[in-house]
Amino acid sequence: MLDSKVPAGPVERKWNDYKGHVKLVNPANKRKLEVIVVGTGLAGASAAATLAELGYRVKAFCFQDSPRRAHSIAAQGGINAAKNYQNDGDSVFRLFYDTLKGGDYRSREANTYRLAEVSANIIDQCVAQGVPFAREYGGLLDNRSFGGVQVKRTFYAAGQTGQQLLLGAYQALERQVALGNVTMYARHEMQDLVIIDGKARGIICRNLITGELERFFGHAVLLCSGGYGNVFYLSTNAMGCNVTAAWKAHKKGAYFANPCYTQIHPTCIPVTGDHQSKLTLMSESLRNDGRIWVPKNQNETRKANDIPEEERDYYLERRYPAFGNLVPRDVASRAAKERCDAGYGVGTTKQAVYLDFRYNLINKYGRAEASRHGIENPDTETLVRLGKEVVKEKYGNLFDMYERITGENPYEVPMRIYPAVHYTMGGLWVDYELMTSIQGLYALGECNFSDHGANRLGASALMQGLADGYFVIPYTIGNYLANEISVKPVPTTHEAFEAAEKAVSDRMNHLMNIKGKQSVETFHKRLGKIMWEKCGMARNEAGLKEGIEEIRALRKEFWNDLKIPGEIKEMNPELDKANRVADFMELGELMCIDALNRTESCGCHFREESQTADGEALRIDDQFQHVSAWEFKGDDNWELHKEHLEFELAKPTQRNYK
Amino acid sequence: MEHYTMNLTLKVWKQKNQNTRGHFETYQVKDISSEMSFLEMFDVLNERLIEENREPIAFDHDCREGICGMCSMYINGRPHGPWHGTTTCQLHMRAFKDGDTIVVEPWRANAFPVIKDLMVDRGAFDRIIQAGGYISVNTGSAADANAIPVEKEKADQAFTAAACIGCGACVAACKNSSAMLFVSAKVAQLALLPQGAPEKKSRVLDMIDQMDKEGFGSCTMTGACEAVCPKEISVDNIARLNEQYLSAVLTIDK
Ligand SMILES: Cc1cc2nc3c(=O)[nH]c(=O)nc-3n(C[C@H](O)[C@H](O)[C@H](O)COP(=O)(O)OP(=O)(O)OC[C@H]3O[C@@H](n4cnc5c(N)ncnc54)[C@H](O)[C@@H]3O)c2cc1C
Ligand code: SF4
Ligand code: FES
Repeated sequence: MLDSKVPAGPVERKWNDYKGHVKLVNPANKRKLEVIVVGTGLAGASAAATLAELGYRVKAFCFQDSPRRAHSIAAQGGINAAKNYQNDGDSVFRLFYDTLKGGDYRSREANTYRLAEVSANIIDQCVAQGVPFAREYGGLLDNRSFGGVQVKRTFYAAGQTGQQLLLGAYQALERQVALGNVTMYARHEMQDLVIIDGKARGIICRNLITGELERFFGHAVLLCSGGYGNVFYLSTNAMGCNVTAAWKAHKKGAYFANPCYTQIHPTCIPVTGDHQSKLTLMSESLRNDGRIWVPKNQNETRKANDIPEEERDYYLERRYPAFGNLVPRDVASRAAKERCDAGYGVGTTKQAVYLDFRYNLINKYGRAEASRHGIENPDTETLVRLGKEVVKEKYGNLFDMYERITGENPYEVPMRIYPAVHYTMGGLWVDYELMTSIQGLYALGECNFSDHGANRLGASALMQGLADGYFVIPYTIGNYLANEISVKPVPTTHEAFEAAEKAVSDRMNHLMNIKGKQSVETFHKRLGKIMWEKCGMARNEAGLKEGIEEIRALRKEFWNDLKIPGEIKEMNPELDKANRVADFMELGELMCIDALNRTESCGCHFREESQTADGEALRIDDQFQHVSAWEFKGDDNWELHKEHLEFELAKPTQRNYK
Repeated sequence: MEHYTMNLTLKVWKQKNQNTRGHFETYQVKDISSEMSFLEMFDVLNERLIEENREPIAFDHDCREGICGMCSMYINGRPHGPWHGTTTCQLHMRAFKDGDTIVVEPWRANAFPVIKDLMVDRGAFDRIIQAGGYISVNTGSAADANAIPVEKEKADQAFTAAACIGCGACVAACKNSSAMLFVSAKVAQLALLPQGAPEKKSRVLDMIDQMDKEGFGSCTMTGACEAVCPKEISVDNIARLNEQYLSAVLTIDK
C-alpha cells in the first residue's frame, strides 16, 4: 500500500530511464495549469521559478515579508556536489555512498542516488545565475571539507552560502514574477489544505497583515515549508519556522515519515539563560580548521589558554582517528554530551566544549602564507598575524557573530560550543516523484523525509532543496499534471473550500476565546523542555513514555489556559504563534511515539537500550530497515505503515569512523 | 566578560495600522541581563505586556542571526542601533547601561509605509529586483561551472556586494530616503561577474527607473547609508553603479 514508485532497473540508470519515459505536458496546456507553491526557501523558490519558466501558472506563498528572507538564507557552510574539481577521487557514487552511510542506511537508495546525480547541475545553474562562490587564485571554484567524508566537495560563499544560493533562486523567482508567470503572496500563512475528490486542489491562507482568510485554487500543491526543529523551542532555526503546513496536510491524509529523526548539531553557541530565544550555529565548516577539546581534568578552573597542550583531551581525534574532528554530526554531538555529562565541560554552565583554531591558524595558514610571501623562519607573532587574515577571509562573519553574541574574541580564545537542535530529517512521506500520500500534493526540501535517512551530512540540505526544486519536480510533476489538463480551475466558492475555511476560522475563534492566563511563549518553552529532555540527544523507553504523558497534559492546559491579546481580523503575531504552537504540541507527541516504536539506535536517533560496548549507536537491521510512515487516525491516534528499504548498490554495514 | 543587569526606559513607536496615526509610548523594563540580545529584551517586555493585558509591540524578525534582513528598528536615532556593522537582532544589551533611555522607531521613508508599530512594508525592494536584479538564465541551460574562470579579486568584490540583506537601513538613514546603496549593491555584484555582462545596460536603467517610481529619493552622496549598513556595503558600489548608468544611457538603443 505504500508505493514508493521507484522505477525498475539498476540504481545508476533509474533517473535517466524515468526522465526518458515520463509523461510530458505540452506548452499550450501548461498555461492552463495552476500550481501552488507553499514556501519560497531554496526548495520553493527554485521550484516556483523553474515551473514558471516551463510555462505553468504559479502562485507562491511565504510568511515573511519577502521570499528573500526564508530560513535557507541562514545556511552558512556550503553545498555539496560531485564535481571532483579537486581531483581527490570524488564521484557521483562516492557522494551517494557517503550520504547513504552518513544517514545510517535509513534512506531510500534510489532517491539518494538521484540526489548525487543532479548535484553537479546545481552548481552550474547557480554560477550561471551569478552566485558568487569562493574562488581560487586561478579563477576556478574553491572547495572545503565537511563532516563524514574524506574528499573536498563543498562549494561555499564565505559563511553565507545559503544566503547566496537563496538570492540566486529568489532573483530567478522575481524574474518570473515580473514576467507575470508567478504571483507572489508574501505575509501569507497556509492554514489548511483543500482536497476535492481525493486530490489536493487548494489552500486556505491567513493574510498576516489583515488577518483575513483567503482561498486559493491549484491543480497541484507543493509544500516547501521547511523543517520542524522549533518544536524544541530552542534551535538554530529562524523564529518563524513551523510545521503548520505539513501538519495540516498530515491531518488530511499525508503520512508523516520518521518524525523522531532530528539532527542535533554539535557546534552551536551554548545557552546563557532563560531569556534565550534561539541558538546560533557555528558552521560545521569550522571543524575543518578548529580542533575540539576539553580539559583532561574534571572541573577545570583555569582559562582555556592557560591549559597546556598535554592537559587537553582532543576527544574526537582520540576516539575516531580516521575522521577526527570531521566525524558526522550525530557522532560529534553525542561525544560532546558524553564529555560534559562526565564532568569535563567548560564555561560557567559546564555544558560546553572548546573549538580551538589556534593550531591551524598558526601551522596551516600562517606557515602557508609565510612561505607564499617568502618569509623565512617566521616567529609566532607573524604566523598568527598571517594566519588570522586567511581565517578571517574564510570564516570572518562567523567569528564576528560569535564575538557579538558572547563578547569573546575567537581569534584569541577558543570558542565555547555545545550541541543544539538544527535540522529535521523526518517529514512528509513522499514517493520517488516527491508526491505525498495525497494525490497532487508534493513535498520538497526539508519538509519531506526523503534523502538523508537518520542523519544528514553537512552541506546536503542545500543540495537537496535545490535538487528537488530545480531538477526533480519539473519532471515528476508532469507525470501527474498530464492527466489533469482537462480539469478546469475549481471556483473557490466550492463547498470544499467553504468547509476548509470554516474549520480554520473555528479554530482561530476557539484559540482567541480561551482567554486564559498563560502566553503562547510559556507553553512553547515548556513543550521544548519536554522534547529536549525526553526526545533529545539520547532517548529511552521510560523517558519517552513520560514525554507522551507530559505533552498530552500540556496540550490540555494549552487549550484551557492560553492567553492571546488583540483581535483575529488584524495583524496579530501572538495568534500566529499560537496557531503554530498548537500544531507543534501534536507533532511532539508523534515524535515521541515514533522514537518509542524504533527500539534500535540509528544515526541521530540514539536509544540508550541499543548501543555497542563502546557507546556507539547500534542498528537492528532485521527489524528496522524501514521508513516509519504514520497515518493520522484522530486525536492521539496514528497507524504505522512501513516502507521496507532495499539496498542494491551499498550494502548496510555498521558505520565506522574510527 | 563581566555580566550585569540593568533597568531601562523605552520610548517605543506604537501605530495600529497603516491608516492610523502613531505615537510614542513609554515603558519601564527591569532586570535586563547584559547577555540578552536587543530583541530578547523586547520579548521580555512583550511577555509582561501580555500578562498585564496590554498590547505587545509588533516588530519584524526571523533568523535572529543578522542574515535574513527582517529586523528593522531605528534605535536612538540610528538604524539598527549603536553597534557598527550589526543588525538589530545581533545588537546585545551590553551596548547599554543601567538607567539608559532608549528610543525605538520604525524605518521612516515614503516608500516603506508602516504596517504596525515597528513593522514596515519593504515590498518596493522586491519590485526593484523584479525590474532587473537578476541574470536571465532558465534552469537547465547552464554550462559547466568552471567553464568561465572569474578573477578572484572580482569574485570577492562581487561577493562583498552580494552580502546585502535587503534590510533597508540605508534608506532609513538617508535624509533623501534614497535606495541607492541597495540598488548599487545588486548592480555592482552582477556587473562584476562575466555572467552578468549581457544584460548590464538594461539592468541598471530599469532598476533605477523602478527605484524612482517607488518614491525613493535621489542620492546626494552623504554616505549616511554606508555608515549604518549592517553588512558594511561600500559606497564604492554607488560609484560603480553611476559608471554603469552613464555608459548605459550613452550607448543603449531603445
Ligand atoms: C543556521 C543553519 C545553517 C545551515 N547551514 C547549512 C549548510 O551550510 N549547508 C546545508 O546544506 N544546509 C544547511 N542548513 C540546513 C538548510 O539551510 C535547510 O535545511 C534548508 O535551507 C531548508 O530549505 P527549505 O527550502 O526546505 O525551507 P526553508 O528555507 O525553511 O523555507 C521555508 C519556506 O516556507 C515558508 N512557510 C513555512 N510555513 C509556511 C506556511 N504555513 N505558509 C506559508 N509559507 C510557509 C517560509 O516562509 C519559507 O519561505 C542550515 C540550517 C540552519 C538552521
Ligand atoms: S545596502 Fe546595507 S543597509 Fe542597505 S539594504 Fe543592503 S544590507 Fe541593508
Ligand atoms: S532577524 Fe534576521 S537579520 Fe535580524
